[in-house]
Amino acid sequence: MFKAESWAALFRDYRIFLNGLIATVQMTLVGFSIALILGIILGLFSTSGKKPLRIISRIYVEFIQNTPLMLQALFLFYAVTFAGFRGFKPLVAGMLALGIYHGAYFSEVFRAGIEAVPKGQSEAAYSQGFTYVQSMWYIILPQTIKIILPPMVNQVVNLIKNTSCMLLVGGAVDLISATNAYAVGLSTARYAAAAYVFSGIIFFAICFPLSRIAARWEQRLKARDQQGNIPKKKNAPDNVSDAELDRMIGENSDGELASGTRENSSEGGGLE
Amino acid sequence: MTELQASLLMLSNGGLMSYFFKGVAFTIIIAIIAIVIGFVFGSVLALVRNYCVSGPQRILKWLAVAYIEVFRNTPLMLWIFICLVSFPVPSIPVAWAEAIALSTTEVQLLFKSIVALVLFTSSVMAEIIRGGLNSVDKGQFEAGYSQGFTFVQVLLYIVLPQTIRAIVPTMLSQIITTIKDTSYIANIAYIEFLGRVFRMIQLAPMYTGQPTQNVSDVFVLCGLACAIYFTINFAISLLVRSLQKRQKTVRVAYAAE
Repeated sequence: MFKAESWAALFRDYRIFLNGLIATVQMTLVGFSIALILGIILGLFSTSGKKPLRIISRIYVEFIQNTPLMLQALFLFYAVTFAGFRGFKPLVAGMLALGIYHGAYFSEVFRAGIEAVPKGQSEAAYSQGFTYVQSMWYIILPQTIKIILPPMVNQVVNLIKNTSCMLLVGGAVDLISATNAYAVGLSTARYAAAAYVFSGIIFFAICFPLSRIAARWEQRLKARDQQGNIPKKKNAPDNVSDAELDRMIGENSDGELASGTRENSSEGGGLE
Repeated sequence: MTELQASLLMLSNGGLMSYFFKGVAFTIIIAIIAIVIGFVFGSVLALVRNYCVSGPQRILKWLAVAYIEVFRNTPLMLWIFICLVSFPVPSIPVAWAEAIALSTTEVQLLFKSIVALVLFTSSVMAEIIRGGLNSVDKGQFEAGYSQGFTFVQVLLYIVLPQTIRAIVPTMLSQIITTIKDTSYIANIAYIEFLGRVFRMIQLAPMYTGQPTQNVSDVFVLCGLACAIYFTINFAISLLVRSLQKRQKTVRVAYAAE
């Protein structure tokens, strides 16, 4: 697996992996866009308070989340192909399947984000004459973005990992399918293990930074929440930048005692 | 209409149905094995990542972190392939294979794919358990130490019971994900449910008596698969929701006290 010869072969045939990577990125981008649109629409449906819309969104989410992506992709591709559209490309089917599947997860993320904004915000907006769309666009959605970004990025990582959903149908050109075709090829089967590891490294190089970013944002959000819950410690001006806030949180966790004594001494100073 | 009737004929074919339900059984058994071993291995990983933080033990921590991050950030399908080409497999007696109605090659494929699924699931489990461990208040440790408990005793009697209670809903959701993940095995063998459905879509004309595959075959077979997957997973997700509700009421009750 770790022979220099097989790695030399991989670098010689780098074009196969590059094309696979390009297709995977294409699937990710298009799938993400479809999922984002579906997610926003269904997320708004489920928080709209109108029963028929809520039921539509609920059924969609339950149905999609409780069946495997591979089954949906398989169904989509074969149903369209056998219905007579012989030119339906697996790549396009994969993009649609990914969009539909992750749309359900995105809509749950949006729902949780919108529900996290206090109801008074939209009531205040309506009282100022905002319409539903205006209050969503100017008041609610901007406040949800910070909450939904970390789970959203995690979902994107899952989406990237799921791009192999058309492998069963065959003909798809995503990175894993390309690697697999390379690994079972007559002249290249010797390099199979190295090829899989190589494509694993590519996936890791894309997904690891994304999950690190998501984890960092989540931690920062949590720290900010905790700080908000203890008003005594919140001696920061409101227009503080994120970097400054991080520094303050760091100081607070280390120098809790110091700030506590400072507060006590100032109170004590008043008594004296 | 006759096409549809021919496709529906498949559903009344006893042999075909028992073929499918054996697939469902394999799906469930594979998922249970992955969950159980993944839970044990994941617990070890989570404990090492959280508590081996000082001195030379840190090497163990870094190994656990590397394992978790590598498996969380690469696709499951890739691990199935890697295990397929490079994981050693014991030779399986023919009698064992016949007992579960598979060929010896299929049993070897099954073994390798279960290994891949276990490796992958344990990394996810580790993160879930770590989340549970972090949710337990630090004061619990201090209180335990002050009563003369050792570290292991605090973990066993005080921290782990609270952790497990906290993570049960997430864990059940992970079972749903694992059941869905078993479908990736369909790419290398027709053992579990989706693989068998896929094979029957290919072989549909043998059972419908039609000259070619029809779109109605796809609808009938995929509809059956959807119905079965949905029933299993939706039942689990209803359980998750009732548990979450109960946890919330318990928390509210504590807060009221």
